[in-house]
Amino acid sequence: MKTDGAIAIEGGRLIDPAAGLDGRHDLLLDGGVVRAVDKPGAFRSAPVERRIDARGRWVVPGLIDLHCHLREPGYEYKETVASGAAAAVAGGFTAVACMANTDPVNDSAAVTRFILERAAAAALARVHPIGAVSQGLRGERLAEIGEMRAAGIVAVSDDGQPVADAALMRHALEYCRMFGIAVIDHAEDPGLCAGGAMHEGATSHRLGLKGIPAAAEEAMVGRDLLLAQLTGGRLHVAHASTRGTVELVRAAKARGVRVTAEVTPHHLTLTDEAVAEYDGNAKMKPPLRTADDRRALAEGLADGTIDAIATDHAPHHRDEKAVEFEAAAFGVVGLETALALSLRLVEQRVLDPARWVRRLSTAPAEILGVAGGTLRAGAPADVVLIDPDAEWTVEAAGLRSKSKNSPFLGWAMKGRASCTIVAGRVVYEHSTAASERRDG
Amino acid sequence: MPFTQRHLLGLEGLPAEEIVHVLDTAQSFVEISERDIKKVPTLRGKTVINLFYEASTRTRTSFEIAAKRLSADTINISAATSSAQKGETLADTARNLEAMRPDAIVIRHPASGAPHLLARAVSSPVINAGDGAHEHPTQALLDLFTIREKKGRIEGLEVAIVGDVLHSRVARSNLHGLRALGARVRLVGPPTLVPEGFGGSGVSIHHDLKTGIAGADVVMMLRIQHERQGANYFPSVEEYSRLFGLDRAALADAKPDVVILHPGPMNRGIEISSEVADGPYSLILDQVTNGVAVRMALLYLLAARGRGEPEREAEERASS
Repeated sequence: MKTDGAIAIEGGRLIDPAAGLDGRHDLLLDGGVVRAVDKPGAFRSAPVERRIDARGRWVVPGLIDLHCHLREPGYEYKETVASGAAAAVAGGFTAVACMANTDPVNDSAAVTRFILERAAAAALARVHPIGAVSQGLRGERLAEIGEMRAAGIVAVSDDGQPVADAALMRHALEYCRMFGIAVIDHAEDPGLCAGGAMHEGATSHRLGLKGIPAAAEEAMVGRDLLLAQLTGGRLHVAHASTRGTVELVRAAKARGVRVTAEVTPHHLTLTDEAVAEYDGNAKMKPPLRTADDRRALAEGLADGTIDAIATDHAPHHRDEKAVEFEAAAFGVVGLETALALSLRLVEQRVLDPARWVRRLSTAPAEILGVAGGTLRAGAPADVVLIDPDAEWTVEAAGLRSKSKNSPFLGWAMKGRASCTIVAGRVVYEHSTAASERRDG
Repeated sequence: MPFTQRHLLGLEGLPAEEIVHVLDTAQSFVEISERDIKKVPTLRGKTVINLFYEASTRTRTSFEIAAKRLSADTINISAATSSAQKGETLADTARNLEAMRPDAIVIRHPASGAPHLLARAVSSPVINAGDGAHEHPTQALLDLFTIREKKGRIEGLEVAIVGDVLHSRVARSNLHGLRALGARVRLVGPPTLVPEGFGGSGVSIHHDLKTGIAGADVVMMLRIQHERQGANYFPSVEEYSRLFGLDRAALADAKPDVVILHPGPMNRGIEISSEVADGPYSLILDQVTNGVAVRMALLYLLAARGRGEPEREAEERASS
C-alpha cells in the first residue's frame, strides 16, 4: 500500500503551541509537509489517499527527543539505530538526537554519515547525530566539529562523561558559536562522583553504597554557566537532577546567559528510594535524587527554567544489570515510557497540554535547530496522535527497544501514541484490537 | 514470636521480637560448645555452603564451626579458588549452586547488596556474612548477645560506636539492632567518616571522642582501614589515632562498668590500645565465642526449615 500520498487527519484536538492553536482543527499532509490546518470538515472533499479518524485523540507535532543513546556503531547487542528508531516512533517520537559515545565514537564525519545511513535505511524516526566535543571522548583535544557539522550533527557533547578540563569546555563553547550549535553538558565533577553508584543521602548511607552528592552536578553546572557567560556560547544542560541545578540555570537565564536545560521523565517520577533493594534498573547518571529535588525539577519545568523533557534513553543488556549494584551499568531505557510518564505532569496540573507539547517537541526542535515542533503549513509532516486516556502496563515483551532496562516494568500507564507519522508516512500505528486481546 | 525470615540479609526492619528470639535460641546453643563432644545431630543431612568473596578468618571459621557442631555438611568456596576467577558472574554462580540443592548459603562479598542478588536467584536461605559497607547482621547479633550477657539488657543502654562509620557494615547492622532493642546510639568519629544525619533521627553524632563516650555503657570500636588515608578521609593514621584512638585516659568519663567491643581484626595501637583491648572491660574474645552460638542459632532457624522457591522466579510465574 502506498502511504506517502496525502493524509487528512480529522476530528482531533490539535495542539500546536508554536502556532497558538489548541482546539478542533483538521490537518492535511501532503508531499512530506503540512499542507494546511483548517476547521473541522474542511478537508472532507480533498482528494487524499487516507483519512485518519482522530476523534478522542490529541494531534500534536511529533515529539523530539534531544538526548538518547542508539549504541550503533559498536554496541549493537544493546540497541541499533533501527531498533532505537522503532522504539522512538512507538513512543510518539518522530525525531531523536543520539549521543556520541558509540564505538568508534562519533567524533568524525565518517561516523556521523554512517549513523545517518543507518537511520535512512530504517526509515522510521528522523535521527540527528550529536558529535563528540573531544576526540575519542578523552577530554583532551577538540573533535573535528566543523567536519561533523557539515555531515549533519546538530550539537556536540561528550555525554556519558563530563568535560573535566574547563579550558577545553571554554574553547568548545567559543568554537561552536561559529556553527550556531549548542554544547550539551553532562555535568558531574569527576572527583566528587568517583566510585559513586547512587545519590548521596540517607538511602545511600542505609544501603552502604558510595554516593554522588548533588554538588557533583551543581559544581560543574555552575562552572559551565560562567563559561557560557564568558564566551557567549550556547550551553544546554543535560539531565538536570537537582534543585541547585534548577536554581543556577534560573539565575543564569535571568542575567541573559544563553542556556537551555532538559530533565528526564525518570528524574521527574522517581527518587533515590527506588534503589531500595539494589535494583540495577534504578541506577543511572545522574542518579535519582530526593523528593525535594523532584519537586524543584517540576517547578523548573513549569516556569520554563527547564526547557525540555528528554529521555536519556540508555539501553543496556540484562547481563550488564543483573550484577552487583555497584558493578551494574548506568542508564535506563525511556523512549517508550516518556510520553505516558510526562503526561502525569499534565494530570497533576504541573503542565497544561500546550506546555507539555512545547517541552517535548517545540523546545527540542529549537534547541537542536531542526525543523519540526509545529504543525504550521510548510512544516515537516511529523505528527503524533495521542490517546490520552489509553491505559496500559509496561511489559518487557512489549518494548521495541532491544534492551528492557526500565525501572517502570509493571507500572500502570495512562496515555500513548496511537499513530506516528514521519514526513507524511505512517510509521507506527497502535493496534487497539491486538492490545485488548493482550491486556485481557 | 517465632523467626519468620526466609533469609538473613540484614537487621534493618527486623522486628525486636525476632531479634530476641535469635538471641534466646543462641543462648540454648552456648552449652554445646562447652561439652567434650561438641556436636548435636540437628542439621544432619543438610548442606551449608560458605561462599566467601573476601578474606575472612573469624567469620568464615565461626560459620564453619557452627555448621559442623550442628552436624551439617559444609563446603567452603573462596573467591580465589572459585569460578569468579574465571569471570563467572555472581548470578551464574548462584544458579549453579542452586542446582546442587544446598540448605543454606552463607555469603561474604565486597559489594553492598550482593546477598540480595543471590537471594533472588536461589531457593535456599541466604545468610549475609558481610556485604560491602551495607550490613554484617551476624556480627551485630553476636554483639547484642554479648552486651545482653554482660549487662542483662539492651534497652536504655548508652552505646557509642567509634570510627569509620561511613564504610562500616558492622556499624550499620548494630545501629539497626541496637535501636530496635531500645538502646541509645551515639556515632563518634571525624565528619568525613561520620556524616551529618547518618542513621536518621534519634542518633547523636560526636566528633570528639571524650564527649562521645562520656557516660557510655558500651563502646564499640571499629577497625580503621589504612587505605582511607589515601582517599583523604583523614590525613594520617597517626593523627587519626591521636584523635580517636581508645586508651585508658579516653575511657575516664565512660561509665565505671563500661564494656568494650571490637569486631576484629584490631589495629593495636591505632584505634585501640593493647591496654584497653586486653583489659578488664574488654569483651573482644567473648564476642568470638558467642559468634559460634549465634551462628548455630541462625543456621538452625533458617536451614532446618528447608528450601523455598527463588523469589525472582516466583515473581515471574505470578506475573505471566
